[in-house]
This record gives sequence, C-alpha cells and structure tokens, in this order.
Amino acid sequence: MVPRPEIAHWLAASFALLLGLILLAEVIVGTTVFRRRPWRAYLWPSLALGAGVGLWVITIFSTFSTMHLLAHAVWAEAAMIAGAVQLAVVREKLSSPYWSLVTAGALLISGAAFLIHEQNPLLYSRSAFLHYALGWTCLVGALFPLGKALWPRRLVWSAGFALTWVMLAVLLFSDRDVAPIFGHFGEIAP
Amino acid sequence: MSSEIATSIPERAARRRSGVTRRQARALAVQLLGPATMLSGLVWAVAQPYRIAFLYPEGKGAYDYLVQPPLLVVVVGLVFLVLIAPGLIADLERGERGPET
Repeated sequence: MVPRPEIAHWLAASFALLLGLILLAEVIVGTTVFRRRPWRAYLWPSLALGAGVGLWVITIFSTFSTMHLLAHAVWAEAAMIAGAVQLAVVREKLSSPYWSLVTAGALLISGAAFLIHEQNPLLYSRSAFLHYALGWTCLVGALFPLGKALWPRRLVWSAGFALTWVMLAVLLFSDRDVAPIFGHFGEIAP
Repeated sequence: MSSEIATSIPERAARRRSGVTRRQARALAVQLLGPATMLSGLVWAVAQPYRIAFLYPEGKGAYDYLVQPPLLVVVVGLVFLVLIAPGLIADLERGERGPET
C-alpha cells in the first residue's frame, strides 16, 4: 500500500529536522570538535545522499502527475549531487570552499522546482501556500552556502543553513493532503 | 621577553576561565537542543490532539499510527538527545586538541 503524500512529507520533515539539529550542533561546538568522530562528519552528506535515494523512490510513485514526477526527480538529483560533493569535501578529496556553491545551486534548483510546479495561486489551498513557502525558503536558504563559499570563516552562513532545514521541517510538518489555509479551502482540494 | 607578548598570571587565568565558561555554555546549548525539540512536539500534541491517531482512532490506518507528526518531532528530539548530543558534549569537554587518535 502506497502511503498518502502527507505521510511521506512528514517523514521528510523528520529527516530535515534531524539534519537541522545536527547542523545547528556543529555551529555551536565548532567544526573541529564536530568532526573529531568520523561518523559525525559523514552524517550530513550521507543524510543528503540518502534523502536523494528516498526521493527517487517517491519519484517512482509520483506517476499520477508529470509535474510532480519531474519535481521529485529534480529534488532527488539535487540532494544526491549536494550530498556526494559534501562527502568528497569531508573526505578531503575536495578542499576549495567554492564547492559550497554546489549546495547553493542544489537549493536554488530545488526552490525553483517548488515554485514552478505549483499551478495554483498562493492562497488557493494549504498545499499551494506551502509550495510557495518551501520554494522561497529554499531560494533564500541558497544564500547561506553561497555566502559560505565567498566568506567561509563567517559563522552566520552555517547557522543560517542549519535554520533553513529547521524551517523546511516546520513547513513540511504543516502539510496536509486536504486542509484550509488561513480559513480558506481550495475549490478543488487540495 | 617583550612585555607586549607576555601576559600576567591573572590575565591568563581570566582567559582560561572565560574559555571554560564558553565551553560550558556551548555544552548546555547542545544539551538543550534535544529537550527543546521534544517539548515543541509535546506542545504541538496538546495544541492539536487530533493529529495523534491514538487519541482519535476512527478511520485511521496503519500509516496514521506509524507517522504522527507531533510524536515524530518528539522522536527526533529523543534521537538527538540520546545518539548525537552525548558524544558531542564529551568531545567538547575534552577541548579542541585536534583529531582523535
């Protein structure tokens, strides 16, 4: 039995929240302490790579709509590329701070996919509102890895990136298959 | 030795004390992340009890029992508290002395 979309979104929210907490913890203790144990250093890139694999599975089940299929495929691709590059950075195969631009690009493309594949206006339904909110959060969130690539020593970029994931988690947890937005229900739910 | 480079003993002690305080504050912040997340999940459960399938079982399927958003938030906080935070705090208290051997 295939789970309802909202179930998959809540599970994704849990991963995003855990990722946000881990990244926030890294900001608090500093990268040197955080990477003292190798498994911790590989955690965020592995989660991103794993999320990419999970998104491919969801892509397979998104045959009800070409737009959704393409959007999930874009998110899967973006997550896997960002995760793979970060794995190489942690492994010290890549050392330039400019590799952070790949993460920025992944968030940028993901945000664009959210905004492009939503066909309804902002307040049409809960789902429409969340697509816009998630899209803009990704676009704004892309500024943090971009800043990290250009000014790698500033802590604000890492903190902003961590909080972006917490924000994405909150928005994904707010998702319902059928629900009003500010008291307004879509004429054809969701 | 130049007096501009050498520091007095009280100055060094004060610097060490502020370093310890900062480390303790960081450890506390990491320790609080998990419970704060769990608390927000509990607050959510109280605010929207209908999102807990155990409390409102009518018409609920297996997935509704497995995936209940407020409880997921609590689980994430618990995972962080039990699996991530203790090691981080131990490493933080050991100080920033380079990679483990």
